[in-house]
Amino acid sequence: MVKQINFVGILTIYKSEWSRFRRTFWQSLITPIVTTMLFLLVFGNAIGERVGGINGVSYAAFIIPGLIMLTVLNESLSNSSFGIYMPKFTGTIYEILSAPLSPIEIVIGYVGSAASKSILLGLLIFFTSTFFIDLPIAHPIPMVLLLVIVSCTFSMIGFTIGVIAKSFDHLQFVPLLIITPLTFLGGAFYSMDMLPAVWKTITLFNPIVYVISAFRWSFLGTATVNLNASLMVIFLMFFVVLSLIIIIFKTGYRIKT
Amino acid sequence: MNHPIEIYDLHKTFANGVIALESVNLEIEEGEIFALLGPNGAGKTTLIKIICGLSTVSSGNISVMGLDIDRHYKEVRKLIGLVPQELHTDMFETVWDTVCFTRGLFGLPKNDRLVQVLLRELSLWEKRGEIMANLSGGMKRRVLIAKALAHEPKILFLDEPTAGVDVELRQDMWGLIRSYKKRGVTTILTTHFIDEAEELSDRVGIINKGKLVLVEDKKSLVSKLGKKQMILKLSSPISYLPEIFNEFKIEIKNSGEILEYTMPDTDQGERVSKLIKMLETQEIHFKNIETIQSSLEDIFVRLVSKK
Ligand SMILES: Nc1ncnc2c1ncn2[C@@H]1O[C@H](COP(=O)(O)OP(=O)(O)O)[C@@H](O)[C@H]1O
Ligand SMILES: [Mg+2]
Repeated sequence: MVKQINFVGILTIYKSEWSRFRRTFWQSLITPIVTTMLFLLVFGNAIGERVGGINGVSYAAFIIPGLIMLTVLNESLSNSSFGIYMPKFTGTIYEILSAPLSPIEIVIGYVGSAASKSILLGLLIFFTSTFFIDLPIAHPIPMVLLLVIVSCTFSMIGFTIGVIAKSFDHLQFVPLLIITPLTFLGGAFYSMDMLPAVWKTITLFNPIVYVISAFRWSFLGTATVNLNASLMVIFLMFFVVLSLIIIIFKTGYRIKT
Repeated sequence: MNHPIEIYDLHKTFANGVIALESVNLEIEEGEIFALLGPNGAGKTTLIKIICGLSTVSSGNISVMGLDIDRHYKEVRKLIGLVPQELHTDMFETVWDTVCFTRGLFGLPKNDRLVQVLLRELSLWEKRGEIMANLSGGMKRRVLIAKALAHEPKILFLDEPTAGVDVELRQDMWGLIRSYKKRGVTTILTTHFIDEAEELSDRVGIINKGKLVLVEDKKSLVSKLGKKQMILKLSSPISYLPEIFNEFKIEIKNSGEILEYTMPDTDQGERVSKLIKMLETQEIHFKNIETIQSSLEDIFVRLVSKK
């Protein structure tokens, strides 16, 4: 049996998701950028003056990777969860399900477009902040690659949330109550080394610690957590979430009756 | 030659325990219009959803043009166009974009010419730039038809195409469905309107409580199951019929003014002429004679109420 990949179909989903973003293009780009700049202003300048430098860089430069990740994680989750929840909610998902598209192709279409938007946002925040502060970038290519894999992973998590969600409230639940706290506690604003030993051990169970640490390494060249451990966690998350999503889609859970 | 659709021993039980379909067997013929007729909740939509990949099979087999719907889902879905019962649309998308979107999902390259022809046929050309939210229900239904046809399917499913559509538009819809048949599209429509099934279809399947009660050619359905009766208005009332008429199923009505003879299904007319001859020899005269045949509606009511 020859099963040809439906490239045109994937691209059709991808493009239609982009045109959905375009309807609210400026809000959806400006809001995260302004938010990040506010964080930078308050934490970087006002508080940063007192904190001084961490690991040999200014506090502002230290928090930028964390701030980018904060936006990238949240945008990935909300865009992709919304992207698949909407057709479920309006019923237009019937079209996707009755089209010659495999579960993986559908996931690539939705997750790909949500992740692209996050990557674009992450890069925009990065470039915007270079206007305000001195930002070293030790490993540019790994930085982009990390941005890509993390955006994809969290877009897939968002997609899963969108599939499971039964109401719009559920879409907000995970980002607001799990991801944001984990990001704040994940070392976005401080170095793990500043924590007491007990807390340091506890935070090692927070996967976002590894994400932020590896991402910060790509900027500063030094990592708070072992880099290999971070990369392992990041790749593990990617494959766990990928398998989960395929299983969910194959069984038709909450999508097919 | 494979049938467009073959269904063997299909069962469907939903997660909540509702049995929606039970031992359904059905073969759809190439190029026909098949009407799936049944009351609300009979399982019509469920059957369509299963064939189109929106619902899962509990047990049984379905093939489309000889291809298993699970193993060859990509090939199968390319052959099928679906117009759902509910008017599911993306409110902010334009008519043009939404039709092109469907074609893209099916992996086909853009074809402005085809989309234009479709929209003109469905009287949607003037509305092509309008967003879905601004369209009436009838127009939305037609957009869904355009979407279903955008990938040039061989088989078209129409789930209650005229539910909530007013009388004139119903006629238009019927005209459209007939025109697709002329082009060789096999059409399966569901309806709970008997006149619609009678008007449009070549064959009718009657479904009730998840069971396909009967599948028949529309004509033979009426002649086979439809009661044919002969009503004789007598010149002078009678109180009883002589015993020699016992071989006929006759009732005396209206205090002896009317004889109601129910013809057996097999009667080709010879019984009727025998009866008339016998009436003449018995000097029972009649001033009027008419025959009536029950409609699909009568048949439907009888079949459905039997269960
Ligand atoms: N998703 C579902 N979960 C549980 N029961 C369902 C679901 N969809 C339909 N049903 C039930 O299955 C039966 C058949 O429904 P349906 O196929 O929609 O009927 P029809 O289209 O003939 O009106 C009904 O009893 C209905 O309540
Ligand atoms: Mg229905």
